[in-house]
Amino acid sequence: MNLQIRPILTALRRHKAGTALIALQIALTLAIVCNALFIMHARLSNLSEPSGVDEAAVFVIQNQWAVDRPTPQIDAQVQADLLALRQLPSVRDAAPSTGYPLQGGGWDNFVTMTPDQVQPTTDAAVYYSDEHLLDTLGLRLVAGRNFRPDEVTEMGTQQVVIPPVVIVSQALADRLYPDGSALGKSFYAMGLTPSTIVGIVDTLHRQGVDQWNQSYAGQSLIWPARADDSRGIYYIVRAKPGQLAAAMREAPKALYAQSRLRIISPKDGIQDYAAIRHKVFDSDRGLAILMGIICAVLLAITAAGIVGLTSFWVGQRRKQIGVRRALGATRRDILNYFLTENFLISTGGVLLGVLLALLINGWMITQFETARLSLAYVAAGVVMLLLLGQGAVLAPALRASRVSPVEATRPV
Amino acid sequence: MFAYYLDLGLRSLRRNPALTALMVLAIGFGVAASMITYSVFRAVSGNPIPDKSAQLFTPQIDAWGPQQNLKGEPAEALNYIDAMALLRAHEAKRQTLLYPVALSVLPGGNRELPVAVSGYAVGSDFFPMFEVPFRYGGAWRAQDDDARAADVVISDELNQKLFRGADSTGRTINLGGHDYRVVGVTNHWNPRPRFYDLFSTSGFADEPDFYLPYSRALDLRMRTNGSNSCRGKLAYTGWDDYLQSNCVWITAWVELDNAAAVARYHRFLEAYAADQQKAGRFAWPPNVRLRDVMQWLDHEHVVPPESRISLAVALGFFLICLINTVGLLLAKFLRRAGEIGVRRALGASRREIYTQYLIEAGTVGLAGGVLGLLLTAVGVAGVGILFPPQIAQLAQLDVSLVGLTLIVAIAATVCAAFYPSWRAAHVQPAWQLKSS
Repeated sequence: MNLQIRPILTALRRHKAGTALIALQIALTLAIVCNALFIMHARLSNLSEPSGVDEAAVFVIQNQWAVDRPTPQIDAQVQADLLALRQLPSVRDAAPSTGYPLQGGGWDNFVTMTPDQVQPTTDAAVYYSDEHLLDTLGLRLVAGRNFRPDEVTEMGTQQVVIPPVVIVSQALADRLYPDGSALGKSFYAMGLTPSTIVGIVDTLHRQGVDQWNQSYAGQSLIWPARADDSRGIYYIVRAKPGQLAAAMREAPKALYAQSRLRIISPKDGIQDYAAIRHKVFDSDRGLAILMGIICAVLLAITAAGIVGLTSFWVGQRRKQIGVRRALGATRRDILNYFLTENFLISTGGVLLGVLLALLINGWMITQFETARLSLAYVAAGVVMLLLLGQGAVLAPALRASRVSPVEATRPV
Repeated sequence: MFAYYLDLGLRSLRRNPALTALMVLAIGFGVAASMITYSVFRAVSGNPIPDKSAQLFTPQIDAWGPQQNLKGEPAEALNYIDAMALLRAHEAKRQTLLYPVALSVLPGGNRELPVAVSGYAVGSDFFPMFEVPFRYGGAWRAQDDDARAADVVISDELNQKLFRGADSTGRTINLGGHDYRVVGVTNHWNPRPRFYDLFSTSGFADEPDFYLPYSRALDLRMRTNGSNSCRGKLAYTGWDDYLQSNCVWITAWVELDNAAAVARYHRFLEAYAADQQKAGRFAWPPNVRLRDVMQWLDHEHVVPPESRISLAVALGFFLICLINTVGLLLAKFLRRAGEIGVRRALGASRREIYTQYLIEAGTVGLAGGVLGLLLTAVGVAGVGILFPPQIAQLAQLDVSLVGLTLIVAIAATVCAAFYPSWRAAHVQPAWQLKSS
C-alpha cells in the first residue's frame, strides 16, 4: 500500500478550518467520553458493593415506639417481640439492632488503642445487637466465637454501654492488628473501658454509603447489647429459604399482636435488601445511566459530523478525484486517500484529546474528589475514536472512489 | 429583508435535509442535556430564602479543640451548654435553637394505629425569622418558651390528616403520649435546600409535620431524631449527663440586620469562647464562625456532587454539539460559494451575505431549540430515573426554563455560525464566476 502522506497534508492545508474543527471535536469527544465512562464504571462498581448480608432472605423492620416508656418496659417489649418473630414458621432468625448495613444515617465510633490516646487510630461502624445477629444477617464467622446469651446486656436511652467483648469485621481486625493477631486483643472505641475481640466476621458493611467514611469502608464492630432506645429499634429478620414474602407479611402482624403502641411505616417500615440496595444506590445508578446516554449520543454525533464534513469535501473535490482517476489512480488509491486523511486528522485529535482528558480529570479530582483516571480508559478511548473516525469516513470515501474519471472533463 | 432571508434560509435547509436534520439533532440533544441537568442544579443550588438569606446566620463554637475538631473548623452544630448560653445571652434581634424530633400521633377518631410524625423543637422566634406562612393562628409567644408551654404548630398536611383541614387552633393533639394545644397551622412551607437543618438532613427532606417549643421538648427529655456527634470518651448514663457532654446536636440561628450587628455578634461569640477558655472549659483560643445562609449552604456542600458532575458533562456535550454545528454550517455555506459569488456580483454587500447566513443559522437554532424543548420536557419528566426522588421532584419545566432553552439554542447556533458566515461573506465573486 502506498500511503501518500505529503500530498494529503498539502491538501489539508487548504481546509484548515474544517480540519481543525474535526480534530477539535474528536479531542473533546475523547476527553469527555473517557471521563464519563470512568465515572460510569466507578458508580456501577458501587452498585455491587458487598454488604456481607444474605440479601436474598433478609429484611429490616423499622419499629418506632408510640409512647415514651422506661427502659425496663421497653426491654421486656423488645424481648417479647423477638420471641414472636423467631417463632414465625417462615422466619429463620431475628435480631435487634441499632442499624443495618448499607442504609441509614449510621453510627460510628472512633477507635483508639490506649485509653488516653487523643488522635484516633481509625473509625468503625457500630452495631449493638445480640447473639442472633450473625445468623440473622448471614455473616460468616472466620475466627473466634459468637456472643454468649449471658454477655448481652440492655442499654437504655441516652446511656453509653461499652461491653467488654466485641466482634469485629476482618477489615477492622486487619486495620488494628495488621499482623493478623487481632483475636483476643482489645481496643477502645470512645469508652472508658476496653473491649476484647472475641470473634471476627468476614464482611460487614457500615450503615450508609456516604463518601465521607469511605476511608473506613468495611470496618465494623458489633457490641452485645439490646438498644432499648425510647424512640425505636430496628428488627432484622432472616426468612427461611424461599419464604421472604411470607415472612414480610407475617412479621408486622406478629408484632402488632404483641402491642399496637408502635409504628411501622406503611411506606418504608419494612424493606427487603433488594429495595434497600435499589434505594441507596439511586444516585449512583442515575449518574451511570446519564453518563452512558451522553457517551452514546456524543459518539453518534461526532461520527455523523465526520460523515457530513467528509461528504462535503468529497463533493468539493469530485473534479480533482476525476483527474487523479484519469491519470491512473485506482479506486483503492482514492479510498485509501480519504481513510488516511481521516486517520491523520483523528490522530491529531486524539493526541490533543488525551491531554484534555487528563486536564478534565485533574479538575474533577479537585472538585469532586474522584479517583485518578486510569490510563486503560484513555487507551480504550483512543482506539474507539480512531475506529469511529475510520468507520464514519468509510461511506463518503467509498462514494469518492466511485467517481468516474470522466468527471475530469466536466466543468465543476 | 428579514423575511426574504428567512425564506432563503428555509429553502436552503430543505435542500440538504440530512445535513439540516443532523444539525438540528445536535443542537436539540446538546441543549436538552444541558437544560435537564441545569433544571436539577438550579433547584438544588438555589437560594431557599432569597429576601433574608443575608440576615440569617448560624453561629458555630469550637468546643472540641484543635486536636478533635473538623480539620480546624468547629463542629457543624452546638452542644447543649453552648447552645443554651447563646440563647440566654439574647445578643441578636431574633434567635432560635432547633433540633429534629420524631413522635407519634396516638390513635383516635377513625385511626386504629398510631401515626409517625416528624418535626422540630424550635423557639418562638423561628417563625418570624424564617417567614413561616400561617393558614390559621400563629406562633406561640416568647413567654411560652420560658413557660415550657405545651403548644404546637402543625403543618397544613398534618392538619388535613387530623382535622380534615378545619381551623384546629385551640384544639388538643396527643404527641408521643403528651397533650399539646394547637396554636397555629402553617401553609405549605418546605424551603429547599433546608438551610436551617443541614446538620441532620442533606437539605431535601419532606416537609416537617409539626414544630413545638424546644423548652418543652427538653423538659420531656426528647432525644434528637437527627445527627449527634461526640468526641473523646463517652461516659454519660442518662439525660442529664448527656446534656453536659461535648456531643453536638443543636443548630442555632440568629437574625442580624446589618454589618454592624454582624460584627457585634461575632465579637460576642469570640468573647464567649474566650470566657470559656478563662473558665478552663476550653483549652484553646476562641475558634468561632458566623455564616449566613448562602455561606452555610456552600460550607455544607449541599449541592450533590452528582448534580454538578452531570451539569459539567452536559455542558461539555453541548460544546461538542456546537463545534459539530460549526463544521457542518461551514460545509453547507461554502458549498454554495457559486451562489454567493453571483449574489455578490449582482451587488449584494458582504454585510448582506453575512446577515443572510446568520438568519439561516438562526432558523436551525430555533428548530434545534424546539426539539431541545421537547427532549427537555421528556427528560425532566423522566429525571426520576437519574436522580433520587427527593431531588428529582425539584426539577420542573417552567416558563423560565422554556424561554432559556429556546434562547440558549438560538444564541448558541448563531454564535456557532459567526465563522462560517464570515467565510461565506468573504467568498471572492470573481473566482466563483470564472470557475463556473
